[in-house]
Amino acid sequence: MADVGLAALLLPLVLCACQPRKPYPPAGDGNALRGKALLAQFQCGSCHHIPDVESARGKAGPSLAQFGLRSYIAGRWPNQQDNLVRWISAPRDMDPTTMMPDMGVSADDARHMAAYLYTLE
Amino acid sequence: MTPALQSVLSPMGPDAVLLSRFSWLLFAAGTLIFAAVVLLVLASIFRKRGKSWSRRLVLGGGLVLPLPLLAALMGWSGWQASQLTWPFSGTRIQVTVTAHMWWWEVRYRDTATGREAVLANELRLPVGERVYIALASADVLHAFWVPSLAGKVDMVPGRLHGLTLRADTPGRYRGQCAEYCGTQHAAMALDVLAVAPRDFDRWLEHQAAPASPGSASAARGRAAFFAARCNACHTVRGVGEGGALGPDLTHIASRSHIGAGVLPLSRAALIGWVSDPQAAKPGARMPPSRLPPEDLQALADWLETLR
Repeated sequence: MADVGLAALLLPLVLCACQPRKPYPPAGDGNALRGKALLAQFQCGSCHHIPDVESARGKAGPSLAQFGLRSYIAGRWPNQQDNLVRWISAPRDMDPTTMMPDMGVSADDARHMAAYLYTLE
Repeated sequence: MTPALQSVLSPMGPDAVLLSRFSWLLFAAGTLIFAAVVLLVLASIFRKRGKSWSRRLVLGGGLVLPLPLLAALMGWSGWQASQLTWPFSGTRIQVTVTAHMWWWEVRYRDTATGREAVLANELRLPVGERVYIALASADVLHAFWVPSLAGKVDMVPGRLHGLTLRADTPGRYRGQCAEYCGTQHAAMALDVLAVAPRDFDRWLEHQAAPASPGSASAARGRAAFFAARCNACHTVRGVGEGGALGPDLTHIASRSHIGAGVLPLSRAALIGWVSDPQAAKPGARMPPSRLPPEDLQALADWLETLR
């Protein structure tokens, strides 16, 4: 009987462990490894610092280190996968005054890039 | 096997063939001599006591063997060196390559038509034709080296050196500054393309032409170019001439890289480079621009039309 009581007492603790580690990074369904190669191919690094991406040490745009922990994209849109994919593929449609160029990234490629960025925590 | 972009061991021109043959001979001879020395060392360890070879060894290994060997090598290398292409400035196409800290200014002159074209960080050669390259420096010591085509030639401020190049196989090669010249010495690459003579002539004609006026959206970028005083250092023939400190941008969009091999050319690279060249190439002479985003986008629009 005492064992059951102890188990009941500990149950909430056990359930706590089931919570996602962080509630906010929206889980992406892209391939992060492919996204990393695409980030290098589209030369995102000429403006952004991106950890572990080849020669990505630009300072003209914000650093993308710990991007998975960011709350907002470009300081305006909640950092969710659909917003990020839209932003990567056509940033000037979302904010005509942004410095970030439309690079002609397809939504599919943007999904993979987003997946990599969300691994940065 | 695909030929290497930049390698002494993958010769694609007459001088490079000579030099690589010479290198292989030295490697082989060096290996033989090394093996002989190792054998002698082993022999000295395991030789029988009492019998001394030292006098014979010193005379033989120090005098009798090296004398004819080195003399033969000297004769052969002298003969090989005499086979290297002599600088000959009577070629149809003449190019002046001026090294700057840290990029290459490339100036073409077609002696038949008098056409001139200025470009940067790219050298194009018609396959199978000798081309005279005059080598100069605008600031410090540099050296011109395209390992697949020929040996190094120093570029000395105040002097003009010459080199006659011939590429025997069409393809893309890479040249590099070979004399330490400052912070970005390592990031000073030259793109070398050997193309069919007919393509070359068409290309040179295009490069010699001034920039095309471009569309209405390009006009805004052109205005931004002057507003930001980019023309103080950069020339775009037919648009703004006189700037000579930085590379000629008349046909920038036709090049493979910007920043002398630092960034493959793309819109992202243009925007990143123009807004902050120091991130990609710390120490480069170009200052960050800090343009309003709209102007920067328009400028990139326009630069992309300069094919």
